Amino acid sequence: MLRMVLKRLMLAIPSLIGVVIVTFLLTRALPGDPAAYFAGPAATEEAVAQIRKQLGLDQPLPQQFVRYVSDLSRGDMGVALTTGQPVAAEIMSRLPASAELTLLGLIVSVLIAVPLGILAATSPGSMIDHTCRIVTTAGVSLPVFFTGLVLVYFFYYQLGVAPAPLGRLDVYFSAPPQITGFYLIDSLIARDGETFVASLKQLILPAATLAIFALAPIARMTRASMLAVLGSEFVRTARASGLSPGTVIVTYAFRNAMLPVITTLGMVFSFLLGANVLVEKVFAWPGIGSYAVEALIASDFAPVQGFVLTMAVMYVMLNLLIDVLYGLIDPRVRIEA
Amino acid sequence: MSDATATPAAPTHGIGAILRHAQYVIGENKVTGFAFGLFLLIVLAALIGPYIVPHDPLASNTSAALQGPSAKYWFGTDQLGRDVFSRVIVATRLDFAIAIFSVALVFLMGGLAGVAAGFFGGWTDRIVSRIADTIMAFPLFVLAMGIVAALGNTVENIILATAIVNFPLYARIARAEANVRREAGFVQAARLSGNGEFRILLGHILPNIMPIMVVQMSLTMGYAILNAAGLSFIGLGVRPPTPEWGIMVAEGAAFMVSGEWWIAFFPGLALMLAVFCFNLLGDGLRDIIDPQRRT
Amino acid sequence: MTAAIPNAPAEVPLLDVRDLTVEFSTRRGAVQAVKHVDVTVGKGETVAIVGESGSGKSVTSYAVMRILDRAGRIADGTITFGGVDVGKAGEREMRDLRGREISMIFQNPRAALNPIRKVGHQIEDVLRQHAQAGSDDSKAKAIAILEQVRIARPDERYHAFPFELSGGMCQRVVIALALACRPQLLIADEPTTGLDVTTQKTVMDLVVELTRQRGMSTILITHDLGLAAAYCDRVVVMEKGRVVETANSHAIFSAPNHPYTRKLVRATPRLGVTLSDLLPEEEGVARKASRASNGANGANGAGHASSDEQPLLVVEGLVKEYPRKDTGGGSLKSLFKRNGAATAPEGPPPVFRAVDGISFSVRRGESVGLVGESGCGKSTTSTMVMRLIDKTGGQILFDGEDIGAIPARQFARLPLRKRIQMVFQDPTESLNPRFTAVRAIADPILRMGESMSAKAVRARCEELATQVGLPLEFLDRFPHQLSGGQKARVGIARAIALKPDLVILDEPTAALDVSVQAVVLNLLQDLKEQLGMSYLFVSHDLNVVRLLCDRVIVMQAGRIVEEGPTEKVLGAPAAAYTRELLSAIPHPPL
Repeated sequence: MLRMVLKRLMLAIPSLIGVVIVTFLLTRALPGDPAAYFAGPAATEEAVAQIRKQLGLDQPLPQQFVRYVSDLSRGDMGVALTTGQPVAAEIMSRLPASAELTLLGLIVSVLIAVPLGILAATSPGSMIDHTCRIVTTAGVSLPVFFTGLVLVYFFYYQLGVAPAPLGRLDVYFSAPPQITGFYLIDSLIARDGETFVASLKQLILPAATLAIFALAPIARMTRASMLAVLGSEFVRTARASGLSPGTVIVTYAFRNAMLPVITTLGMVFSFLLGANVLVEKVFAWPGIGSYAVEALIASDFAPVQGFVLTMAVMYVMLNLLIDVLYGLIDPRVRIEA
Repeated sequence: MSDATATPAAPTHGIGAILRHAQYVIGENKVTGFAFGLFLLIVLAALIGPYIVPHDPLASNTSAALQGPSAKYWFGTDQLGRDVFSRVIVATRLDFAIAIFSVALVFLMGGLAGVAAGFFGGWTDRIVSRIADTIMAFPLFVLAMGIVAALGNTVENIILATAIVNFPLYARIARAEANVRREAGFVQAARLSGNGEFRILLGHILPNIMPIMVVQMSLTMGYAILNAAGLSFIGLGVRPPTPEWGIMVAEGAAFMVSGEWWIAFFPGLALMLAVFCFNLLGDGLRDIIDPQRRT
Repeated sequence: MTAAIPNAPAEVPLLDVRDLTVEFSTRRGAVQAVKHVDVTVGKGETVAIVGESGSGKSVTSYAVMRILDRAGRIADGTITFGGVDVGKAGEREMRDLRGREISMIFQNPRAALNPIRKVGHQIEDVLRQHAQAGSDDSKAKAIAILEQVRIARPDERYHAFPFELSGGMCQRVVIALALACRPQLLIADEPTTGLDVTTQKTVMDLVVELTRQRGMSTILITHDLGLAAAYCDRVVVMEKGRVVETANSHAIFSAPNHPYTRKLVRATPRLGVTLSDLLPEEEGVARKASRASNGANGANGAGHASSDEQPLLVVEGLVKEYPRKDTGGGSLKSLFKRNGAATAPEGPPPVFRAVDGISFSVRRGESVGLVGESGCGKSTTSTMVMRLIDKTGGQILFDGEDIGAIPARQFARLPLRKRIQMVFQDPTESLNPRFTAVRAIADPILRMGESMSAKAVRARCEELATQVGLPLEFLDRFPHQLSGGQKARVGIARAIALKPDLVILDEPTAALDVSVQAVVLNLLQDLKEQLGMSYLFVSHDLNVVRLLCDRVIVMQAGRIVEEGPTEKVLGAPAAAYTRELLSAIPHPPL
């Protein structure tokens, strides 16, 4: 098992190298003079020259790359033009907000989608099967920002049950003392029930938006893979051996059906991390997505680059986690490693 | 495959048989028929939309700003008094064009690279797979953001970025399909019949992969529209006042909390219907091509 | 319920199927897969249900277990098992019956086991379900059962996952699973299809021994009449959903009653028959007469071949090596491998010799059989001779020219290409799904033939179709609109389109039903005589080789263990391995 994890870690390295190269090339592909870009529109000629030197842009590309990598290894992602703050620090402080939102969205969608897919597969043609089909087809067609706005309109403007879509916490509350950075957890640790409820209220709509978005691919895959497994020969053998439906579905079908679903989670994460940017904009969520969007509007490239890199590294790590999870279930991967 | 024997009387020549089968599937499956109708509507709006809309999509009229849906303004007006209905219809052409071009581009890049990788193996395969893996290491929308931000804020770059992030999907499907056919009996038989490798690739393997790729194209059309609209929603690509669904939703977003729902709602609805249509159509096409792989 | 069974009067059969009709609802309405079938199985009796594909033999057994697909239902008739009316029994009652009173083994043993559960646990699941063991003794019982099916080191194998076991070992586990609760009836659904003949014998002997020991009844479902007659007391023959004949296995071969049974019996290759004997009576007689007048009689018509002229094909010291792959390999793992090709530098990869220095020759007009079990290297050899893959060492001389030295990729463009052709194992897979029959036959003519008008090509294809007995109206159909036999004819027409000198037949009838096989084998023989081609016939089926070949080469583990005239090798084999192969063929009582 440990060998498998180590082996998989080794295999994540080429991906990470690829990610670093691509983000580096993206900066260098900026139209015009990157130095002028970084210096901002109002900079003088000398200022641009100075920045060029400062950024090492007067050196050949390989040397620039070495410099870029060594900066990164020291946790230096450059400085945001608009705020003057180091990008890395800003991203670190905003990361928990994004992570809390994305994880809650994922958990909710898995909790709904997996049972829905299983029930649909075990009773084809039933009401729940049709519900599942509608949910999956409609779900993948919903633009995530549109879902968010419609939810805001109904639950905030019409019904008035949701708070205004303005960040993680109502202005009357102060953030709980930071331990994990997740307000839900931190407020529980601080035994602050009111803050917990207030931050949960803020979280519900954006998390629901993400959950609706992630629901479709998970439910669709669960249903399809459960159907495939239920039609497989070993399930037929299990049935022909008189095993109870519970044993057949849980021990024989479900565990096997989860393997493709876990693989799908990789794709779901890819979608979720992207959707997260849009949801953060809709709900003015102070995460790294809205940080990147603000920087984009201000043509401030360093934060965007830092954001792309952070997201990619997180995504590589999540995929690693998925593979380890896969290995936990599937002995074929575990033993052969 | 077994399904095709259902129409034994049908003449066996390509298009006729496919059309007959399509007719059968659409007749059988009303949802696909509905999607096809919707598709025709979208194409129509894209082609003649700008000539039939009741109002100029760009003309602002502050006296008529923020009016709800009415007989005069079917979908209401926005903060500048522009007719939302006209803007939604006119936007069809741009959104549709972005999707078509990016899908065509990725089909050419990813499809051909993948087929070559799967068929020839070796270095071709290693290079294509490495490129695909590197792109796959990014969350796709995030990479698209990065590409558009770096290359410049234009519609062309939106198309390119959408094509690039879809590259791995096409390359992998084409690669896998070509790979399983590489040593298939009919390919070996083609070698025995004196076909060179390139002729086998183009004459025997590609035609057999095309149906699968067409289904994929239909399914990714929806994703391409979503991706492009998402990028313009956060301010990349298309610039105001150009009518485009994503940017219109973005413009209307602020008014959602004050109750002027129609500004963002109708373009969002149009976006949703278009994506829905392509997804249903993709599923329907898959049924036509392979009735056994229904989900 | 179960206690009542042993006390049942002796004359009451254990299983009594009466007037069974099974319907499947399809998009085109209800289809009857089984029509008014009667089958009885007495206590301790072994009954075979034999039929070609689509005869309804498997569906009948699924109905007995009540494990039909959702779309299928018992439309009519009764199934009584030990006094229980299976058609009316509740689902709970059926569950108690399955595995404990009736159990089943399936065709593909590896797919029949849960891939991510230890085999020992899978046996325990069944034991506990039927209260045959508690949590304290279930492990010991599972190990004991593994031992009974002769699995070596059962206490270790208890912890194995299916992918860690060989195919034969998996089949033993499946048998263990089926026999764990000592049921009264075992249904074996094509238990040995796809297995080598020696493995087939081991598995069948084991099943027979264990069921006899336990006094169990057995239903063997198979397409192989010979296997059925060799192992069963009675044979039930099914055709298109109906039982056409039931007889004891002696009678079925010596005096088949129903015309279909007669056809099936005739078409089954066996000792002492010629090719034309396989065909239905009238056709066979006509064929025999025409063959006699041609001066060639059946298989041994090697009249064209004269020993002094230079052989058409000479293979010398042929070697093929492959880098040894890791055992097994899940999809994820192969994915990893592709991602990180450079991560595992574990010394030079050891090689695996698929073909280990073999030499043989084929004369003009001769037909040579290349036989052996799966993995013996026979297909690798034929693919190298075919020039589809490159050799590692040795020589392949075709008409005196060393074609082995020409890289496979270039060979397709040489004029020599059209002189060596091939008929593939799977007629479906060997036809491009998007080409019509005529386009497929025309392919070699268009690529390598003399240039001719479209009309002339069409005419030539029609000529070929007539030659292989394919009605012309099928020429414009796509493969999925043709039957297996018709597809085989298209493949043969394509192979002979340019009048090759050597045709390699790679198990050309392995995917066909036995009656179609008989027709195709005769066709191949006729074509050889008409066109004077040489055949290299690759097969695992010694009975078929016996019919078609003048000489036989027996391969094992990449080497030739014996070669010589068919009569001699198969009549008085010198090598122990050949004897083992021959004795493993089920011999029906004649």
